[in-house]
Amino acid sequence: MKLELRGITKRFGSFTANDAIDLVVEPGEIHALLGENGAGKSTLMNVLYGLYHPDGGEILIDDKVVSFAGPADAMAAGIGMVHQHFMLVPVFTVAENVELGHEQTKGFGILDAAKARREVTEVSARYGLSVPPDALIQDLPVGVQQRVEIVKALIRNAKVLILDEPTAVLTPQETDELMEVMRTLKASGTSIVFITHKLREVRAVADRITVIRRGKVVGEASPNSSSAELASLMVGRPVQLTIEKAAHEPGDVIAEVDNVRIVDDAGQVVVDDVSFDVHAGEIYALAGVQGNGQTELTEAIIGLRPLDGGRITLSGRDITDSDVHDILRADLGYVPEDRLHDGLIGSFTVAENLVLDRYDSAEFSKGPSLDVGRIAANARQRVEEFDVRTQSVDAPGSTLSGGNQQKLVLARELSRPLKLLIVAQPTRGVDVGSTEFIHRRIVAERDGGAAVVLVSTELDEVLGLADRIGVMYRGKIIGEVPAGTSAETIGLLMAGTVPDDLPARLRDPGATATGSRTTVRTEEPL
Amino acid sequence: MSTAATTRPGDEVVIHRVVEKPMSTRRRVGIGVAISVLGLLSLLLGHNAQAHDARFDLSQGSEFFHVPDLVLPVAATAYVIGIILLAVGAYQAVRGFRPRGLRIAGTGIGALFMLAFLSWAASGGKGSTIDLLGVLENTLALAAPLILGALAGVLCERSGVINVAIEGQMLAGAWAGAMFGTLMGRFGGVLTALVAGALMGWLLAVFAIRYLVNQVVLGVVLNALSLGLTGFIYDAIMQPNANTMNTPQVFQPLQIPVLSKLPLVGPLIFDQNIIVYLMYALVILIQWGLFHSRWGLRTRAVGEHPKAADTVGINVLRVRYVNVILGGAIAGLGGAFMTLGSVGSFTKGITSGNGFIALAALIFGRWSPKGAVAASLLFGFAYELQTLLSLVAPPVAIPSYFLAMLPYLATIFAVAGLVGKVRAPGADGEPYVKE
Ligand SMILES: Nc1ncnc2c1ncn2[C@@H]1O[C@H](COP(=O)(O)OP(=O)(O)O)[C@@H](O)[C@H]1O
Ligand SMILES: [Mg+2]
Repeated sequence: MKLELRGITKRFGSFTANDAIDLVVEPGEIHALLGENGAGKSTLMNVLYGLYHPDGGEILIDDKVVSFAGPADAMAAGIGMVHQHFMLVPVFTVAENVELGHEQTKGFGILDAAKARREVTEVSARYGLSVPPDALIQDLPVGVQQRVEIVKALIRNAKVLILDEPTAVLTPQETDELMEVMRTLKASGTSIVFITHKLREVRAVADRITVIRRGKVVGEASPNSSSAELASLMVGRPVQLTIEKAAHEPGDVIAEVDNVRIVDDAGQVVVDDVSFDVHAGEIYALAGVQGNGQTELTEAIIGLRPLDGGRITLSGRDITDSDVHDILRADLGYVPEDRLHDGLIGSFTVAENLVLDRYDSAEFSKGPSLDVGRIAANARQRVEEFDVRTQSVDAPGSTLSGGNQQKLVLARELSRPLKLLIVAQPTRGVDVGSTEFIHRRIVAERDGGAAVVLVSTELDEVLGLADRIGVMYRGKIIGEVPAGTSAETIGLLMAGTVPDDLPARLRDPGATATGSRTTVRTEEPL
Repeated sequence: MSTAATTRPGDEVVIHRVVEKPMSTRRRVGIGVAISVLGLLSLLLGHNAQAHDARFDLSQGSEFFHVPDLVLPVAATAYVIGIILLAVGAYQAVRGFRPRGLRIAGTGIGALFMLAFLSWAASGGKGSTIDLLGVLENTLALAAPLILGALAGVLCERSGVINVAIEGQMLAGAWAGAMFGTLMGRFGGVLTALVAGALMGWLLAVFAIRYLVNQVVLGVVLNALSLGLTGFIYDAIMQPNANTMNTPQVFQPLQIPVLSKLPLVGPLIFDQNIIVYLMYALVILIQWGLFHSRWGLRTRAVGEHPKAADTVGINVLRVRYVNVILGGAIAGLGGAFMTLGSVGSFTKGITSGNGFIALAALIFGRWSPKGAVAASLLFGFAYELQTLLSLVAPPVAIPSYFLAMLPYLATIFAVAGLVGKVRAPGADGEPYVKE
């Protein structure tokens, strides 16, 4: 099946997310759509999938114009999509999710569970996508959830499969497996639109590459192009792909996390006796796939989450039971991973967001009232210093782009001297320009003598910034490795495998500290 | 199934080790103390008993064979139960039940304490006989509208629309049932009650789904609307012409051949009016359909993750409309039960909070039909207890205003204490907007 997009234009209000985009996907090819965050890739694919109605342009299948009123039409035409944020019902089983919308019935709308299960098993066997049909989605790791999404599309006979940033949530090994699946699908005649902003992957698997910038197609590239070429095409200027930083000189231990254990409301041990320490002038990275306890651990450190065991000290002071206010006063800075939800208040102005943690200090208040003048002056200075692109300091925080919101949060947290800085996913959804800036500021903070804990699921970011790396897997730090460790080794750790060549002292510092190992319950593989 | 020869990292399925999160000590001990207090109370009841025996009547007379009365020595029964509860309370305070065990134990504790309490209540003066079968029959009759109301809630909230307007929908059904039941015969009354409830449901749907009005506020407004409208029509039309407008024929119980002659369950379950039989059918149909039919799968999907449903081609808004309107109709039937199934006429505000208790039953029953039935029965029993205690003259008179509080007390305790953390459908109350 040949798919063609001609002059697709999509506007959100006055903002043009897709501007007359042309794209041809030939039968049986892997076509990469490369572009920065916010370039308009997802929007384009949502148009193709019938979720958005284009303001202009047309879609052609095998040279015939088609129009989609909704996803049902797109699926009927042979288009399948794996969304960037999975479209799976967490409390449903795999089979139920796959069936939803095209249910196998015994007639009269009565579900035929056995037939559904058989169908799932068949398709997953045919393409080597093993999924457990009866497991609940919420119990599955994202890699498996992604396979469920693919099975879901294939069961509906997708001839063109759209994968929107499929590797963002995967370990390097899982990414390799996904690429293998993509090749299998291609061999069986399915075309794939592969959306990503990661250059290595594009070059490894794509037959053809279309680059999108600010809603426009800016060129085609061959998979043989160098990373630097692709990057500059994507960003529109030459970019520096590596992070510059001097050798680090660690000082005293600043923060100590000792046998911390967190159990969530469902009774899952999300952080399992984790211990590590961070020195002054050091960036300690907590690497790992999303959902392995990093979020909970950082929330616990800044006092947002009670511990079920263990101790946290900051400069020798026990802060385990202190509240957030006291912990911030102890010179801890925190850049949360969900900046719109936890990092700032969308309806507050830029200026207000910059003093959220200090509005009550003498600096910004006059008796019981706020010192609006000082707050505004502070905002102008910070906005300048951190290159926050905003119309004014009185614009609501929600009107800023992702990268600028992140710089806003960083500007607030770095505006006081810190002993410990915790940054979680600092560059997720952030454009390349802002990413460079944010990385430089983090390194500068380290060089200024602060201890930094970096939580990141991006391996490149971890490798570029960290002086020491703890890899989290299922709530444990299963390995701690120095900077310069190969991506391969860290990838294995992220997938839960401790490589044999790893020196014993580097393995599982949590377990050695307690002298015990807890067993992890794993369900039988299929 | 094993296509991949080697197991790959992603094949392992469970992410985290699952442990039982220990209940906080305060909560554990608190619950233990509460159980022990019930135990002490039982001992006290035993001490306070006047007559030696309490007599419970368990038959109606039409069964295949006569079930003998249950005769319990009051003091001994209450003492034994008191000691059991003290032991259970101590266990809970010291060791603590697991959540599931606690739920089962809780049911048992409630039943035992009630037995002790009723024995005591029947021991006033020379002792009286409690018609236990009658009590249970009344419980069911009182629970029926609650069950129907809660089912309405299940349909709406499982599809993602909060329904605070159950009360108003029931009221509309009760009114339509009475007035049109008088004019068109009782079956016509039931039909119009369904339509009236559905219309109220439709209003909720339009404003919640189409105009994205805050669903809780909207529900409150719809209740006020229903109360005002039915009250006005009652004053203006029904009361002045009570004979021609407000005297529907009441549905009489229909005995199911053979089944109604079984001891205990026969008179209790199979000797009911047609609305109750309809209710049985609805409970079974919805409980089964929610988990085994296409309708159920789609309804739950839309209530949990509407966008996921949308991306597989399900019309989210239509599913919600259908369920909310159906829900309204079922609540309307609950209202009709009050006028056509028991009372036999409409009065202003006849539902008197039943819709809200149904809402509580929905939550207490964790958004499942069978849970809602159990919760409704509990609340129905609390109502019935109130009547019972005013009839039997227990050894110590219990103030009537305290008795009147019972159903609401039971509701508050049930929802606040026993339910603990429950999970509503993921998208409950969230309107779905495309683009
Ligand atoms: N529903 C929406 N309403 C308004 N703006 C949107 C919407 N969806 C996306 N955008 C904007 O369109 C641009 C492109 O977004 P998107 O297609 O998600 O980018 P990409 O997938 O390439 O990262 C972004 O600037 C984003 O803010
Ligand atoms: Mg995207």
